[in-house]
Amino acid sequence: MLYHFGKYWLFMKALVEKPEKFDVYRRQVVKEMESIGFGSLGIVAIISMFIGAVITIQTSYNLLSPFVPLYAVAVVARDSIIIEFSPTIICLVLAGKVGSSIASELGTMRVTEQIDALEIMGINASGYLVLPKIIAAVIILPFIVVLSMVLGILGGLIGGVASGVISAVEFAHGLQVRFVPFNVIFALTKTVFFAYIITSVPAFHGFYAKGSALEVGKASTRAVVYSSVALLVADYVLTQIFLA
Amino acid sequence: MIEIKNVNKNFGETSILRDVSFVCEEGKTNLIIGGSGSGKTVLMKCIVGLFEIDNGGIYYHGRSFSELNFTERKEIRKEIGMVFQGGALFDSMTVEENLAFPLTMFTDMNKNDKRDRVNFCLSRVNLENVNKKFPSELSGGMKKRVAIARAIVMNPKYLFCDEPNSGLDPQTSIVIDNLIMEITQEYGITTLINTHDMNSVLEHGDKIFFIYKGQLWWEGDKETVLTASNKELRDLVFASKILREFRK
Repeated sequence: MLYHFGKYWLFMKALVEKPEKFDVYRRQVVKEMESIGFGSLGIVAIISMFIGAVITIQTSYNLLSPFVPLYAVAVVARDSIIIEFSPTIICLVLAGKVGSSIASELGTMRVTEQIDALEIMGINASGYLVLPKIIAAVIILPFIVVLSMVLGILGGLIGGVASGVISAVEFAHGLQVRFVPFNVIFALTKTVFFAYIITSVPAFHGFYAKGSALEVGKASTRAVVYSSVALLVADYVLTQIFLA
Repeated sequence: MIEIKNVNKNFGETSILRDVSFVCEEGKTNLIIGGSGSGKTVLMKCIVGLFEIDNGGIYYHGRSFSELNFTERKEIRKEIGMVFQGGALFDSMTVEENLAFPLTMFTDMNKNDKRDRVNFCLSRVNLENVNKKFPSELSGGMKKRVAIARAIVMNPKYLFCDEPNSGLDPQTSIVIDNLIMEITQEYGITTLINTHDMNSVLEHGDKIFFIYKGQLWWEGDKETVLTASNKELRDLVFASKILREFRK
C-alpha cells in the first residue's frame, strides 16, 4: 500500500517536469478537453435531468406536511443538486466513463510498447500523456458540473410539475429562497479536486499496466474502483473542512 | 561506439543478465542472438535505458549512459532510433503524424520541411500513399517499414531493432532485413539487432553476440558463426533440419 502510494507521488512528480514543447502540450489539452468534456455531455445531461426530477418527487414525498411550505421542495432539491448530486455523483459517473477510458488507453499504449517508444525518443511520456488530461479535466469539469446543476434543477421543475407535486411558480419561488452562493463555490472547489482524482488515479493504473490485454482490463477495473473510493474520501474530507 | 561493461540485471531474485560485456562495431550491423528467454530483449532494453541496470556500465562514445538521469539522457536519446517488435506505432496518429511527431517535438522545422522529411523517409522504406492511413489499416510488413522510417526520421547515430522479422513471412523478412542493412551502410549508423532469424545472422552479421542464459557465450561474425565450436551456439544455429543438412 505504502509502496504504491509512494510510486503514485513519484509519478505525479514526473508529470511536472519541463515540457519538451509547450505548444504541443497546449494542443493536447484542447484535444483532451474535447474528449473528456464534450464527450461526456450526453450522459451528464440525461442523468442530471432524471435525477433532478426524482429528487424533487422524493423530497415532496418526504416533506408531505401542512406545516412545511410547498416551495421547500424546490429549496431542498436545489441544495441537494448543487452541493452533492452535481459535483459528487456526476464525478463518480465520470470516474467510470473517463477513468476506464484513460486507464485502458494508457494500458494499451504500455503493453504495445508505445510508451517505451516515447521514452526512447527522449519524451517525458507521463508528462506528455497524462498532464494534458489532468489539466483538461480540471478546466472543463467545473463547466460540466454547472451544466449538470442547471439541467438537474430543470429536470426537477419538469418532473415536479409533470407529476403534480409542485407548480412552476412555487418551484421558481423556492429556488430563490435562502440561496447561498457559497454552495456553488464549494461545489466547484470539490469538482476541481475530483477532476484531479478521476484523471490521475486511472492514469497511474494504466501507465504501469503490465502484460497482456487481460491485465489492461484489470488495470481499468482497478482504476475505476480506486478513483471512486478516493473521490468519496475526498468528498468527506472537503465537506468536513468547508461545511462542518 | 556502444560499449557494454559488466552489465548485471535481476528481476527480484531472478538473475537475467550476468556480467555481460561487449563493444558494438561502429557503422556496422551488430546482432544479438540467443534462444527465447535468454535475455536478449532485456539486454537491449537496458542498453537503451528502458530498464535500469543493477551494476556495470553502458557507454555511448565514452559517455556513461547508465549513470545519467532521464533529463541528461535526452541528448543521447535524440541520437537513438528504435524499431520495436510490434512496431509500437502510435495508434491515434496517422502514418504521417507518427513520423512527424519527433520532428515536431525536437526541431523547429516548418510544416513543409516536415512533410518533405516524412515523405523522404517513407520513400526510403519503399512506402507510398500511406501518409493518411492509421497503423490499424496497415499490414505487418508495412507497419515494420513505417517503424523503420520513424526510427530514422531524426537521422540517428544508433539504430536498435528488437526482432524486426518476428511475425513476418520469409519474403517480407528478407525485405525488412535488407532495408535495415542498406540504411545502416548508407548513413553509417551503428545498428544493433535482436534476432533469432538465421537468415539475418548468416547474411548480415558484421558482428554477432550470442547470449545464453543471460551471459555472453560467444562473439564473432557471419563468417565464423557456422564453424564455431561452441555447443550451445551450434544447437541454435543448426536447429533447423535444412541447416543441419547444409552443415553435413
